[in-house]
Amino acid sequence: MKVHEYQAKNIFNKYGIPIPKEKMCVSVDEVIAVSEELGLPCVIKAQVHVGGRGKAGGIKIAKTEQEVKEYARQILSMEIKGLPVRKVLVSEAVSIASEAYLGIINDRTAKKTVMMACKEGGVEIEEVARKKPEAIFKIYADSLIGFLPHKARQIGLFLYDDSKTAFACAKIAEKLYKMFIELDSSLAEINPLVVTDSGELIALDAKINFDDNGLYRHPDIEAMRDRESEDKSEQMARESDLSYVKLNGNIGCVVNGAGLAMATMDLVKHFGGEPANFLDIGGSSSPQKVKNALDILLRDENVKVIFFNIFGGITRCDDVANGILEAKKELKIKQPIVARLTGTNEEKAMEILKEAGLIFTQSMDDGAKKAIQLLK
Amino acid sequence: MSILVNKDTRLVVQGITGRDGSFHTRQMIKYGTRVVAGVTPGKGGMEVEGVPVFNSVNEAVKKTEANASVIFVPAKFATGAIYEAIDAGVKLIVCIAEGLPTIELVKITAYLNGKDCRLVGPNSPGIVSAGEAKIGILPGNIFKKGKVGVISRSGTLTYEIVDHITKTGLGQSTCLGIGGDPIIGTKFIDCLELFAKDDDTEAVVIVGEIGGRDEQDTAEYVKKYFKKPVFGFIAGKTAPADKRMGHAGAIISGTSGTAAEKVKVLEACGIKVGETPAEVAQLVKNQLA
Repeated sequence: MKVHEYQAKNIFNKYGIPIPKEKMCVSVDEVIAVSEELGLPCVIKAQVHVGGRGKAGGIKIAKTEQEVKEYARQILSMEIKGLPVRKVLVSEAVSIASEAYLGIINDRTAKKTVMMACKEGGVEIEEVARKKPEAIFKIYADSLIGFLPHKARQIGLFLYDDSKTAFACAKIAEKLYKMFIELDSSLAEINPLVVTDSGELIALDAKINFDDNGLYRHPDIEAMRDRESEDKSEQMARESDLSYVKLNGNIGCVVNGAGLAMATMDLVKHFGGEPANFLDIGGSSSPQKVKNALDILLRDENVKVIFFNIFGGITRCDDVANGILEAKKELKIKQPIVARLTGTNEEKAMEILKEAGLIFTQSMDDGAKKAIQLLK
Repeated sequence: MSILVNKDTRLVVQGITGRDGSFHTRQMIKYGTRVVAGVTPGKGGMEVEGVPVFNSVNEAVKKTEANASVIFVPAKFATGAIYEAIDAGVKLIVCIAEGLPTIELVKITAYLNGKDCRLVGPNSPGIVSAGEAKIGILPGNIFKKGKVGVISRSGTLTYEIVDHITKTGLGQSTCLGIGGDPIIGTKFIDCLELFAKDDDTEAVVIVGEIGGRDEQDTAEYVKKYFKKPVFGFIAGKTAPADKRMGHAGAIISGTSGTAAEKVKVLEACGIKVGETPAEVAQLVKNQLA
């Protein structure tokens, strides 16, 4: 789960990581009031869940009252990569002497938590990792003991020549690690970490992603979810315990298991069709879950054919069949349904669906081909 | 022969009294697995499917000489269940439970270091050594004893591919799902090391997906060290970037971890990659026929 910069900064603040004076605003009037409090110049930053907001014009420095009004109005009415900007962060303008990068993730290959530092700030770290890996200094935490102070000092001394700044940075690194572990983060970045003209260290921008699997033990983080900016269908799916990702095609896919769901989309594409979505109904799927899945799928008007690909293990084909039958009645599905139901209780499923007007198939290859054929 | 699991494996089921635990205990016994004990704290003294239930894994191991454990408890308790199994001294832990926070796997990895114990999963569908034993939730009827080893990050996609392999007339030695999480106990390479020593395995299929770089690392390992033919399938060619595709580990970050990148590395290392599940099975068939 992602949170906005202003939310990440609030968390930083709680952990004692220094941030600029700033406030989140939702209207032009609020921006004006906050800018008067902070003094000019001030920075107005769009709060949206996409990268590249600076390039898109979503970050502006206002030097006069007139500019505050103008930029606030502009940014609060813009869309960045299709997402409307509903909130801005208004921040004091900090005089920057130098910029660096500090980040932390769980390294999948090493199976350890790793802190990364880079002397260039404001960079895309994956880009640096690819082009100039030697510019990134990495230090692994001990998974059972934690991130020891001397390792934090190593980070500081890598980034800064003067020991005062280096040790101040070490404190920030320790706090960032503590936060990362305590809150089940999957990524935390201070990018850039700046030294101001007066020699202070400040987290000028903040990014924190959270491990979805850890959210159950952090209701306060879950409460930060920006439901307004989330895709409605994906939100409905999450609430019904389904995995759904919308794509741009017209063949709606309903599958049990994430790997098979991806393989089904790929197969549709392989035979010349366009999948409308990724949808995993999960393992022990009840008829209700299947109904919810179809409900979500049909919100997408592009869907012209529905392709069920079920390989029953713990998923029982008769449960899926009952779900299809109920959904057909209640949701008045007009689109043709191609169904490949194999495995546990497949005969029962056939019995349940024999009058339902579905197009049955034995293999996923054939199912994908039939679904594509129906569009012609 | 086979790897990890065979007809002599003595299994304890953690969470045996739960809905999934009891259902799959029955299925595993039906397949021929020696399920010697179950554990649910507070339910010691009961029996499930004729299997004695104990209050702790330690007690179960002492009384039944169980040497492998399978975990069917909810995510919230699964971390504790894994540590309990490690401390009880079992050699193999298969964690079917999914939804464990990643940081717990970081800690478990460190805790396992230096101990004679292997974790498979979490979020694993289990392990089948065809004709001998199965641990987990894979449907037993699709397997046939044979020479192909299968390692997969997925569940149902594994069944799909195994089913195709079986329908070509070939069979499997051992087939295991290593789990779709970002950090897992046993990776592709760990399994290949075991398959290398297994005389009954003549070819291996690896079923990967988007996210991370395990498949790429595996391909480079295969090129350098692995002598048997390896085939691959990668799911998620049509997956968009920065969206989690069901599995916690199935996410393209920016431009890294794409299916195209993985297929390229696999092929460069001499691994034939099937475009579809059916095609992978056919590639194996052509090789072994």
